[in-house]
Amino acid sequence: MAEQDWKANRRAFAAVSLPTLFWIVLFFLVPMAIVWLYSFGENRGLTEIEISGTLSNYKRATEWLYLTIFGKSFAVAALVTLICLILGFPVAMAITFASEKWRPWLLLGIMLPFWTNLLIRTYALMMLLGTQGFANKGLGALWEGTSWIKTLVGLQPLPTWEPVQLLFNNFAVVFGLVYVHLPFMVLPLYAALDRLDRSLIEASLDLGAGHFRTIMRIVIPLAAPGIIAGVMITLIPALGAYLTPDLMGGTDSQMIANVIERQFKKANDWPFGAALSFLLIYAMFALIAIQSMRRKVPEAH
Amino acid sequence: MTDPAKPIIQIQNVSKRFGKVTAVDNVSLDINAGEFFVLLGPSGCGKTTLLRMIAGFELPTEGRILIDGQDMEGIPPNKRPVNMVFQSYAVFPHMSVADNVAYGLKIAGVKGGEVKDRVAEALELVKLGGFETRMPDQMSGGQRQRVALARSLVMRPKVLLLDEPLSALDAKLRAQMQFELSELQEKVGITFVTVTHDQDEALSMACRIAVINKGEVSQLAAPSDLYEFPANRFVADFVGSVNIFEGKLTLDEPDRAAVDCPGLGKIYLNHGVTGPHGADVWVALRPEKIYLHVPGAGKAVTAAAQDAPEGHNFARGTIRGMSYLGDITLFEIELETGARIRVSRPNLSRRDQEDFTWGDKVSMHWRADSPVVLLG
Repeated sequence: MAEQDWKANRRAFAAVSLPTLFWIVLFFLVPMAIVWLYSFGENRGLTEIEISGTLSNYKRATEWLYLTIFGKSFAVAALVTLICLILGFPVAMAITFASEKWRPWLLLGIMLPFWTNLLIRTYALMMLLGTQGFANKGLGALWEGTSWIKTLVGLQPLPTWEPVQLLFNNFAVVFGLVYVHLPFMVLPLYAALDRLDRSLIEASLDLGAGHFRTIMRIVIPLAAPGIIAGVMITLIPALGAYLTPDLMGGTDSQMIANVIERQFKKANDWPFGAALSFLLIYAMFALIAIQSMRRKVPEAH
Repeated sequence: MTDPAKPIIQIQNVSKRFGKVTAVDNVSLDINAGEFFVLLGPSGCGKTTLLRMIAGFELPTEGRILIDGQDMEGIPPNKRPVNMVFQSYAVFPHMSVADNVAYGLKIAGVKGGEVKDRVAEALELVKLGGFETRMPDQMSGGQRQRVALARSLVMRPKVLLLDEPLSALDAKLRAQMQFELSELQEKVGITFVTVTHDQDEALSMACRIAVINKGEVSQLAAPSDLYEFPANRFVADFVGSVNIFEGKLTLDEPDRAAVDCPGLGKIYLNHGVTGPHGADVWVALRPEKIYLHVPGAGKAVTAAAQDAPEGHNFARGTIRGMSYLGDITLFEIELETGARIRVSRPNLSRRDQEDFTWGDKVSMHWRADSPVVLLG
């Protein structure tokens, strides 16, 4: 129907789509093209860049130092995605099978973090994880309590509480990224599970399968499109994460986006920053290409 | 084989409430081993809830359900000796036909070779031999339903539950599947319990039918008894088409009875009713049990209606509506009293439908054993 309509009214279609197209070209494709051109350029003085067609920026990007940062960024993003999947799947299941009355509230709960700016949420997390933060204070109180109980029964008290370093390390980066990206995982999973015909689950139970087997053999295979969507929608932004590693990471937890940022700001090496950016974009393209190829296989027959 | 006289399913004082809504209200019934049992009722009457309680997907608020003598309380669906064919068939879309049918067997720990044999046997039973490697999305709705049937039958359940099994099929296929399901049930000897809102389906397949209305069993009877001897107005109206007239019981003896209906006239029955004299009753008269005549044929009419006293079981009217259905023609006739009555007439020869038309004056009679007097 819709396809027929736009084919019949090409002019109306063009009139409606033109502003959006204009916007995308002017504010997205053109700047991207400029950055792409910069990646083949050389610095000439402080502000001047000459597009000389050199590949030296790309060559430099393949140096061991940068490859390890790329690799580490992938590893962190993959770990974050995996944790999000493991945490998100039960959450999505719980929302799907919650009563009609509760479901909108649970979904609201998942989306609530989006109502607050990411920066503020990150600072809130830092307050939670800092050495004087709530997590450490809570643990400290537990420690002191245990120590006090031990003295009550006549045992040696525990040594004084030393706050645990929860912030400014790789743990904090993964924790922060999981926190930020969990809703991105839960929502596509929920969408896939909600579409699932309940009678398929009941049929599995009816044929003698337990709940665990039903989840493994029926729910997960049928939710696969949602799982893939959730993985992509989590992995890609996590790969380009900048704010969380910048604020919550330590000196060794820099991700590729932080390196790119440094090229544009402190190092003032825009061509190199542009080359790194485009390598990251190519990597993401590759991920999406792999995913879309995978999807076509089951639909083919 | 289980003893046929023994009930395989006993439903004892079962009620189910969802919040304030009572879906099933104190239902007790026994389903015999080896019979084709149908739960018939309008949508929302609680019949599906009852079926789902037998399967274990819903738990009774009150009462208990016994399957083969064993109380099912606390037994989850995957441990019950029943299998279900779902309304949407619920064929696993990511598995081939053979994998679908083998699913339950593999879980039950049946060995590989036996699985293969039993899957082939079950598919043969539902006439899907050779479809093993097909995927569900390559099959029609009717074929998917056969897969669902095979998948349940292969488990050799004590009872097979079918939730509106034919509702998604087109009319031709539905009629064919009605016969096939009955045939299949006879062949495998498993008790079938089917839920349907379609009276034709129920009448054609069932050994016994429980008509459910507002969560209660309105009547439990064999198909012909249900149709010919409905227990109340709901059953008379829900099963088949019927004319219902209100009246007063004026004569009630063991071998005859009479009802005075303001709408239809004096009704005479050649059997007793056992209702209080002068009571308000309803007379149900099926459209096909009324004979239609041109008014001139007075003598023939009285001759045909001679099993009733003069002036009884006879009415006059004018044809106000007519629908030709091929095998029969359905007339809507306005009686002299102003009430309307539906009469159906078989088209025994090719030009029968031309005998009567709109506006024709007609007279009608019916036999003394045709009307049913309903007390409720």
